[in-house]
Amino acid sequence: MKMRRWITRFVVAGTALGAAAGPAFGERGSDGDLKILYWQAVSIMNPYLSSGTKDMHAASMVIEPLARFDETGNIVPTLVSEIPSLENGGISEDLTTITWRILPDLRWSDGTDFTAEDVVFTWQYCTAPDGGCAQRSQFTDVAAVEAVDPLTVRVTFSVPKPYPFGPFVGMSSPIIQKAQFESCVGARAPECTEANFGPHGTGPFKVRELRANDVVLFDANQYYRDPAKPAFATATLKGGGDATSAARAVLESGEFDYGWNLMIEPEVLATMEQAGRGTLVSSFGSLVERIVINWTNPDPALGSLRSTREGGEHPFLSDPAVRRALSMAIDRDLLVDIGFGEAGQATCNIVPAPEINRSTGNDDWCLTADIEGANALLDEAGWVPGPDGIRAKDGVRLSMLYQTSTNSVRQSMQAIIKDMWSAIGVDAELRDVSSSVFFGGDPGSPDTFQKFFADVEMYANNFDGTDAESYLAEWTCALIPSPETGWRGQNIPRYCNPEYDALVAKLGETAEEQPRAEIVKQLNDMLTADGAHIPLVHRGDLSGHVNTLAGVRMNSWDSQLWNVADWYRTE
Amino acid sequence: MTDGTPGAANSAAPILSRGSGSSFLGDVWRNFCRHRGGVIGLAVLLTIVALVVLGPYFYTVEVGQPNYRARNQGPSWDFPLGTDNLGRDLLAQLLTGGRTTLAVGISAMLLSLVIGTLVGVFSGYWRRLDGPLMRLTDLFLALPILPLLLVAVMLFRDTLRTAFGPETGVFILLVTVIGVTSWMHTARIVRGDVLALKRRDFITAAQAGGTRETTIVLQHLLPNVVSSIMVSATLGIATAIITESALSFLGLGFPSDYPTWGRLLFDGVNFIQITPTRVLWPGLAISLVVLSVNYVGDAIRDALDPRALGR
Amino acid sequence: MFAYTLRRLMFAVPTLLAISFVIFALLDLAPNDPTGDLPLTIPPEVRDQIRSSLGLDQPFLIRYLLWLQQFMINEPLNLLERLLGVELGNSSERLRVTSWATRSPVVDLIIQRLPQTLWVIGLSYVLAVLIAVPLGVLSAYRQYSWFDQLGTFLSMVGFSVPTFFTGVLLIVVFSSWLGWFPAIYDTNHRVTDWQSLVYQLRQMAMPVFVLTLYNTSQIARFVRASLLDNLSQDYIRTARAKGVKERSVLLVHALRNSLIPVVTVIALGVPAVFSGAIITEQIFRVNGLGQLLIIAIQGADIPLVQTLTFIFAILIILFNLIADLLYAMLDPRIRYD
Repeated sequence: MKMRRWITRFVVAGTALGAAAGPAFGERGSDGDLKILYWQAVSIMNPYLSSGTKDMHAASMVIEPLARFDETGNIVPTLVSEIPSLENGGISEDLTTITWRILPDLRWSDGTDFTAEDVVFTWQYCTAPDGGCAQRSQFTDVAAVEAVDPLTVRVTFSVPKPYPFGPFVGMSSPIIQKAQFESCVGARAPECTEANFGPHGTGPFKVRELRANDVVLFDANQYYRDPAKPAFATATLKGGGDATSAARAVLESGEFDYGWNLMIEPEVLATMEQAGRGTLVSSFGSLVERIVINWTNPDPALGSLRSTREGGEHPFLSDPAVRRALSMAIDRDLLVDIGFGEAGQATCNIVPAPEINRSTGNDDWCLTADIEGANALLDEAGWVPGPDGIRAKDGVRLSMLYQTSTNSVRQSMQAIIKDMWSAIGVDAELRDVSSSVFFGGDPGSPDTFQKFFADVEMYANNFDGTDAESYLAEWTCALIPSPETGWRGQNIPRYCNPEYDALVAKLGETAEEQPRAEIVKQLNDMLTADGAHIPLVHRGDLSGHVNTLAGVRMNSWDSQLWNVADWYRTE
Repeated sequence: MTDGTPGAANSAAPILSRGSGSSFLGDVWRNFCRHRGGVIGLAVLLTIVALVVLGPYFYTVEVGQPNYRARNQGPSWDFPLGTDNLGRDLLAQLLTGGRTTLAVGISAMLLSLVIGTLVGVFSGYWRRLDGPLMRLTDLFLALPILPLLLVAVMLFRDTLRTAFGPETGVFILLVTVIGVTSWMHTARIVRGDVLALKRRDFITAAQAGGTRETTIVLQHLLPNVVSSIMVSATLGIATAIITESALSFLGLGFPSDYPTWGRLLFDGVNFIQITPTRVLWPGLAISLVVLSVNYVGDAIRDALDPRALGR
Repeated sequence: MFAYTLRRLMFAVPTLLAISFVIFALLDLAPNDPTGDLPLTIPPEVRDQIRSSLGLDQPFLIRYLLWLQQFMINEPLNLLERLLGVELGNSSERLRVTSWATRSPVVDLIIQRLPQTLWVIGLSYVLAVLIAVPLGVLSAYRQYSWFDQLGTFLSMVGFSVPTFFTGVLLIVVFSSWLGWFPAIYDTNHRVTDWQSLVYQLRQMAMPVFVLTLYNTSQIARFVRASLLDNLSQDYIRTARAKGVKERSVLLVHALRNSLIPVVTVIALGVPAVFSGAIITEQIFRVNGLGQLLIIAIQGADIPLVQTLTFIFAILIILFNLIADLLYAMLDPRIRYD
C-alpha cells in the first residue's frame, strides 16, 4: 500500500513569491514590531479551551503541533525530524500506530527541555473528564500515547486509521508544556488563567501580555530553534471592530501590517487596494457556501413533528424536479462576482478540495445557469404558473422560507438568489437569524440551523484537515436531527438513502488513496444530483498585508499565521 | 426662592380650564400658525409623508429588483439617486423604506411617550406609587436590550407571523420592543417636573379648591410638562429609527430585502467612497424628519404655553 | 432627608436582588449559546462536554445562587484582600465569577477596561455637559436668534445621524485621506511624557468628538426647553420689574429652576458612561466596557453579561437616588417624607 500524497495546489495571488524566495535575513528581532489586526478579538491563548478561529491563530504563534499543513495541504514537520509514513516505518503496517521522532535540543520558551512527556501530557490534558476540551475530536479513537524515549512518541489507535494525522497535527492540537499545565487538568482547566493566557511554547513568539478580547502583545522567543528568526522583535495582535475598518487600516492607512479575513464586498476592497499601500492574499480550503434543502415538512401546524421524518415529506421540495430546477436557476458566477471576488469559485461540489477529491460529475447541468431548462423541468413536472407568476400544483404553491445567518454578504446573496428564483416562478421569503442563535444549537430556540424550521437555509461548512470521510458520513440516515436527540446530528437536509449509507461504510473500509478518492467523488456527486443541497461557492480565505511586509504564505489548511517566523520587513 | 413671587399662583391652570374644547384647539392652532419654524416643519414633514405614501404609486420601479448590469451607479435618468451594489434603485428603496421607517419611528415614539408620561405623572403625583414605579423604571433601565430582543423574537415572532404575516408581525414586535425599552428617560424627566410642579401654589390652590385629581393632572400638570415631553418625542423618533436599523443588522428586524432608512444608511456606509449618495440620501431623510419633528414640537410647546393662549 | 436616603438605600438591596434575578432569567432564556461561534467541524458531543464544563447542565436556580455567592461574597472579599493586602480565609479556594470565553475572572476584565472607558467615554460626557449647558442657556435666552437656529440645526443633525456613520466618515477623512489621527485606539499606550500625551490626545480625538456631538445634542435640547419654560414664568417678569440684574435673573433664578430635567438626564447618562458606547467603541476599537459587553452578549458569555449588567444596575439606582436628592436641593419645596 502506498502512502497517499496529500498534495494539492490551488494557491492564488501573491503567495508564490514569498514561498520561493528565501528571505534575506539579518538577525532575530531586527525588524521591530509586527502589527497584526484581527477584527475578532482574542479571548484566550489555549486552543483546547476555545476553538474560535482567532484564538487558534493567535495561539499558533506561540505553541506548535508536531507537524502542520502548509499552504498546499501538505503535511510538513514542525517539531519532528520527518513525517511518519509506511516507507520510513513511522506508520505500522496494520495502520494502528504512528511514531513521531522529535527534533533534538528543542527548548520551551522558559528554557526547559521539550520532551515526549509533554506530548503525552497534551493528550491526557485534552481527554481528561470534565475538562470540556474543545479539540476532543482530534483524539477520536486514540487508545494510548506513550513516550518511548524522551524524543520518541507513539500514538496507538483502537482501530486501523488510514489517515492517522488527527492528533498533534495542525493548529487544533498543539503541544502544551506539562510543567505549566500539570495542575490544570480536567475541571481545574479554566482556573489556570495565567497559563491559559500565556502558555509556554516552542514557537517564534511568546506572550508578554494578553488583554482578553482586546489585544495580545508578543516578544520574540529567545529559545526559538532557528537563531535567525523571527525577524520581528515584538508583535501586537489587536482585535475588535469590523472587517471593513480592518481592511481600511491595512490597505488604506497602513496602520497595521496584516489584516485577517477581509471578507467584504469586492468593489470596496478594490477601491481600498488602489491606495497602493497593501496587497490582498487569498487561498482555498474546503469551505463551501451551500443552500440546504429541507426534505421534511417544516409546517408549524405539525407541532412537535415539524421538520422531522415522522412529520412526512416536504410538500414540494420532495419533488426531485423542483430541487433540480432551484439549482439550475442559480447563476453561480454572478454570486462570486458580487459577493466574493477573488476569494470565491463557482462549485457544484460539497467536497471541493483537495484536488484529488474534486469531482466534475455534476458540472454539466449545474455549473452554468439554465433558466429555460429549469422552467421546462417544472412545466414537465406539472407545476403551472399562477396569476401572480408563482408556480403551483394541486393547491401547493412554490413559496419558500429561505433563512440564513446575519451577515451582509449572505443578505446580498439572498436577494440575488430570490431574484433568480422568481425567474422560474418560485417565491422566497427571506429571513436572517443572528449567527450566535442560528449556530447556537439551543434546543429551546426555533431558529437554529439544526431544527431547520424553514424550507431552505444557507450557510458554509468545511471539514477538518484534508480527509473528507467523517464529513461525508454526516449525510447518513443515523445522523438526522430529531427532538429525541435534542436536534443534534449533522444531517441537516434529513437526506436518507441506503445506497449512500452503504457507500460511506465502504469508504471506511478502503485504505488506498485512489479508490478512496473515487468513493469520495461518488458520494459527493450523489448528494448534489439528489438535491440534498445546492452547492454555490467554494469560498477561500482573504486577508491583506502592507507592501512592506514579506514572507506571508496564505494558508487555509492551517493557521494563517503558521509561518509568522518567516515574515520580515522590506522597504 | 424666586418662585414664591406673587403671580405664579395663577400661572397655568385657569386659562386652560376655561372654555370648551373646540375653541381651545382653535387657540392652539392659531398660536401654532404664528410659529414660522413650526409651520415649515409641519410642511416638510407632511411632504415627506406624502412622498413615501404616494411616491411608490408614481415612481413605479420595482423595489429590490436587482439589475446586475447597473451596479454602484451614480445618479442618472434611469436611476435618479443611483443604485446599490446589486443594482437596486435607491430612490425606489428610499420611498418604500420611508413608509416603514416613519411608521416604526412614530409608533414606537408614541408608545414610549405614552408609557413614559403615564409612569412619570403617576409616580410624581401620587407618592404611594412613586417607589414601586421608579424601581420598575430602574429595572427596565438595567435590562440588557439585546438578550431581551432575542427572547422576544424567540417567543413571539412565529406567533405574530402566523397571525399578521411576516412584515406586520415584525412591525408589531419591533414597535413594542423599542417602545417598551425606551420609555424610562421620559418617565424620569416627567416625574422630576411633576415633583416640582405639584408643590407650586396653583396646584395646591386647585387641590384646596376641591378640584378632582384627574382634572388637576390633565389640566394643570400635563400642559406644564409638555416641553420636556416634546423634546423626548423629538429625540425618541431619532432613537427609534436608528434602533430599528441596529436591530436589523443584528438579524432581529425586518427581512433583509425590506428596506428601511436606517438599514440603507448602514449598508451604504461601506460604499462611502464609491457611491457617496447611498449614505447621503437616507442620512438626509432621517435628519430632515427629526428636524421637522423638532420644529413642530417647538411650535406645539409654544402654542400650548398657557400665557400665549391667554393672548 | 437623611431618613429618606437611608430608606432608599435599604430598599435598594431587595430591588437589586430582584433585578439580578430578572436579568439572570432573561439571559438564561435567551436562545444564543456559548458554543454558537465555534466552527461547525466541532461535533455535537464535544459541544455538550464544553457546555457541561461551563456548568450549563446545572439547574437554573443553582447557577443563579452560585453566581450570587460568587459576586456578592467572594468578589468583595477579594477586593478587600487586595486593598488591605491581607489574606482573609482560604482565598485560593474561593471561586470567582469567571468568564466563559476567556476563562478569567470577570472583575479583572472589567478593571482592565476602565481606563479607556473613562478616558474616552467619560471625558466625552464631561465635555458634552460642559458644552451643552451654556449652549442650551444661550439658545433659550436668545430664542429664534441665528445662534439658536444654528444650534438647533446642528444638535438635531448630531442626534439623528447615527454614530456608525459619523465614525466611519471621520476615519475616511482624517485617517485614510489626511492621516492626522490614528483610526485604531491603542489600549496599551501609557502617558508618560509630553509626546505620549499628544499621542493619547490624537487617538482620542475622533471617538471623543463623535460621542460629544451626540451627547451634547441631547442635553442641550433639554436645557433649552426647560429654561424656555421658566423664562416665560411670571416670577421672572417680576424679578426683572424689581430691577434684578439680567445676569442674575438668568443664571440664578431661571437656570436653577430649569435644572431639574437636566439633572435627570445627566443622572441617567452617567451610568451609561460605564456601559460604554458600543458602536463607537467598535468603530475605533477603543475596546472599553461597551465592546466587552457586546462580545459577551454575542458569545452568550452569561457570567460576564450578568456581572456587567448588574454593576450597571447598581450605578443606575445610585445615580437616580442622587438625582432625587438633587431635586430637593434645587427646589426645597420638593419633599419625599
